[in-house]
Amino acid sequence: MNVRRSTAAPRGTARRGEQRGGRRGRRGGRLRAVGLNALGLAVFAVAVFPVAWMVSTAFKPNEEIFSTTPRPLPGSPTLEHFDYVLGGGIAEVSFWTYLRNSALLALTTVLVSGVLAVLAAIAVARFAFRFRTVFLVMLLVVQMVPAEALVLPLFLDLRRLGMIDSLAGLVVVYIGFALPFSIWMLRGFVAAVPRELEEAAAIDGAGPIRTFWTVLLPLIAPGLVATSIFSFITAWNEFIFAFTFLDDQDKYPLPVMMQYFFGNASNEWGPIMASSTLLTLPVIVFFLLVQRRMVSGLTAGAVKG
Amino acid sequence: MLDTAPAVRAAEGRPGRRDPGPARPRRHRPWPYLLIAPTLAVIALLMFWPMAQIALMSFQKVGNRQLAGAPAESVGLENYRSILSDELFWQSLRSTVLFAVAAVTLTLVLGTLVGLLLNRLSRRMAALVSAGVMVAWATPPITAAIIFTWLFGTTGGVVNWLLDLLPDALVGGGWTDYNWFATPLRTYTVLTVCVVWQSFPFVAVSVLAGLKSLPAELLEAARVDGAGAWRAFWAITFPMLRPIFLVLLVLSVIWDFKVFTQLFVMSGMANRDAFNLSLYAYSEAFGGMNAKLGLGSAIAAVLTLLLLAVTAVYVRIMVRQGEVS
Repeated sequence: MNVRRSTAAPRGTARRGEQRGGRRGRRGGRLRAVGLNALGLAVFAVAVFPVAWMVSTAFKPNEEIFSTTPRPLPGSPTLEHFDYVLGGGIAEVSFWTYLRNSALLALTTVLVSGVLAVLAAIAVARFAFRFRTVFLVMLLVVQMVPAEALVLPLFLDLRRLGMIDSLAGLVVVYIGFALPFSIWMLRGFVAAVPRELEEAAAIDGAGPIRTFWTVLLPLIAPGLVATSIFSFITAWNEFIFAFTFLDDQDKYPLPVMMQYFFGNASNEWGPIMASSTLLTLPVIVFFLLVQRRMVSGLTAGAVKG
Repeated sequence: MLDTAPAVRAAEGRPGRRDPGPARPRRHRPWPYLLIAPTLAVIALLMFWPMAQIALMSFQKVGNRQLAGAPAESVGLENYRSILSDELFWQSLRSTVLFAVAAVTLTLVLGTLVGLLLNRLSRRMAALVSAGVMVAWATPPITAAIIFTWLFGTTGGVVNWLLDLLPDALVGGGWTDYNWFATPLRTYTVLTVCVVWQSFPFVAVSVLAGLKSLPAELLEAARVDGAGAWRAFWAITFPMLRPIFLVLLVLSVIWDFKVFTQLFVMSGMANRDAFNLSLYAYSEAFGGMNAKLGLGSAIAAVLTLLLLAVTAVYVRIMVRQGEVS
């Protein structure tokens, strides 16, 4: 019946169930397994199809893209759309400029929010202090504040500071948005490191800084990687702030470039899908690496039951 | 369910106590404050100060003259009066709420079903399906919106082609030239499909994580007693996983309430009929030749207050579960 569970279930119950169902039960079980696997494949297909279609379209010549009978795979695959995009086809700015802007934004966000998150996570996981609960609740609340609302005042603030149309101004905003969740995620990793290890290091004469570098940091490294990937994706995917703050095409990150390109050449599906592919694949790879951590960070306690 | 109240109470961090819950007090009093100081500065500057500004600006006129340096004029409740009497505001609010109801319901139902399915598949099959589902989750909102515009397009769009292939008795005919972006309702249909596609994976994976934490004996026992899958779900799985479903519900509502990028790409600022609250606020503030940041702020304030109300529920659940300790 339950394919996974029946093997894990206590022997007694499983056998009792089998006796009751007899031969028919076992055959029904196999049929059910086939049905479940078919359903699984259907879910897989639905989930992957739009992205697969994007990649496939990116490799199709124009006749095939606009053909009245679409084919799942390109009949005669071509790299022309990638050539067009990479060769500076979009607004006469090289694709590498957009890519560099995106990478610069994402990496700076990762670096700065990573350092700040480690500090705050240590404070929350290792110390009892007066406003600890208030601080934690605040982290939860600010994650829910709509960016779509904050974009108005932040636009005015950055304008006043002369930081509009600059990647530096944008990065500051991204750090603010990546930080709360990063701390929330990291504090679990810090809390998981046995305090005795640090105390042993202290007894051996290591100061707090040395203990941090030699004991704590190596042990929370996996958590730091997961957090970094999360921050990277936040900055890499962000659209509304970049779209509102930036004027110069030279400064556009990839999502704004996509919107610009899509708005101005809405029927050039080949190049649009080629650049979408280039924007999307890094995120998918990173995401597959980090997804487990993200779920546990968001629903955390709920799972413990 | 475990009673987590004592843990929460213990974590309320009374300064004078010698035996607080999670962490031992240390002699180095200033340390924790120094460690969170940079974070506090960032959050105050980028979250609290802007929120205060929204509140302030919603009572002011902030237009092109103010952008050029003139001091903001106070207009009292004028901005709120003007949006509340604007049919567009009510329509945007209606669209926001109806979309959230549809998208959240579909996301939760579909996600839960997929979570239950993943739990029954063999290890290898489950790994394959969850990797596929991750792809949908990982796709950046901007590309998701563009891909779905392409899928539902009139030239070379695969959805119309498929609908045309299906027997006419089932779906009717003449789909080839069907314009999915001609009316707000149609646009929102595509938007719902797109957003549900992106958000069911999170629900599925969370439900799966919850299912794995359930004692297998319970469901076995129900099965032996002759309970079908439907009954077993409502009698055992759902009550046991109620906390996780609550968190998922609240998070989905929050996310779907403020959906912006996808709608912006699919419909843009020209289709005022298809606005939701966030697009309406954005368009009032930045859309026209005359920036109306005060008016936009009033709409943004309404949106923020609605979301904070939902967030309060979320925080309550998290505190009850002892997450904030």
